[in-house]
Amino acid sequence: MKFAIQVNEGPYQHQATDSAYQFTKAALEAGHEIMRVFFYHDGVNNGTNLTTPPQDDRNIVKRWSELGKQHDLDLVVCVAAAQRRGIVDEGEMQRNGKDAQNIAEGFRISGLGQLVEAGIQSDRLVVFGD
Amino acid sequence: MSEDIKKFMYLNRRAPYGTIYAWESLEVVLIGAAFDQDVSLAFLDDGVYQLVKGQDTAGVDMKNFSPTYQALGDYDVTKLYVEKESLEERGLSLEDLMPLTYEDEDDDWAEKDSIRVVSRAEMADIMEDQDVMFSF
Repeated sequence: MKFAIQVNEGPYQHQATDSAYQFTKAALEAGHEIMRVFFYHDGVNNGTNLTTPPQDDRNIVKRWSELGKQHDLDLVVCVAAAQRRGIVDEGEMQRNGKDAQNIAEGFRISGLGQLVEAGIQSDRLVVFGD
Repeated sequence: MSEDIKKFMYLNRRAPYGTIYAWESLEVVLIGAAFDQDVSLAFLDDGVYQLVKGQDTAGVDMKNFSPTYQALGDYDVTKLYVEKESLEERGLSLEDLMPLTYEDEDDDWAEKDSIRVVSRAEMADIMEDQDVMFSF
């Protein structure tokens, strides 16, 4: 089955992001396709490389990057939500005159159309949040 | 109806200003309108407060985005289902909501109401009928 995943909550604050990761990993291991993981609302904070969690805890951002690399996942951070919350890539840095970028490895910033498209093209859109 | 068209429902369950979910949900609806899907919105629980008329956010210094709902008709988003029980549990009725309308191109552009108050049971049936649910 072709899944699309929507993550609506930030890391550590809320289990939604852990559940989304575990679901994505399990679906891939079961042979399903994950056509996109879309990060929205505070979920965009899953895509910052500035997080430094304690060493005895899981590194949620790094975990996404590694899973993404392993399975060539399309990890998309919503641009509108990212701009509000300070998630910046090279393009956004230049467009908005910022002096830094923090997008984590394997993530890309794109528009909400990517979420709607995921709903259209997938067999199931699974939303993680409250 | 083409096979490419899915039934999209945006589910709104939260009050408009306590969290950003309502506003960012509306942003998805507006962007999604360009994709020519069969779109409907559902408002239940505290989500019914999103449509209350006369919203004034000056006191909390936040953007009052409620006028944006008036534009939905122009985006061909014409089905806004509001759960009757959720209204009643909060002492609200249809009269407390913004009048939202659209022009029906299949009926000589007659102006029609976009808001449809439905019972909890009817809402369940409408949800059952959807292909994709976006939950906010």
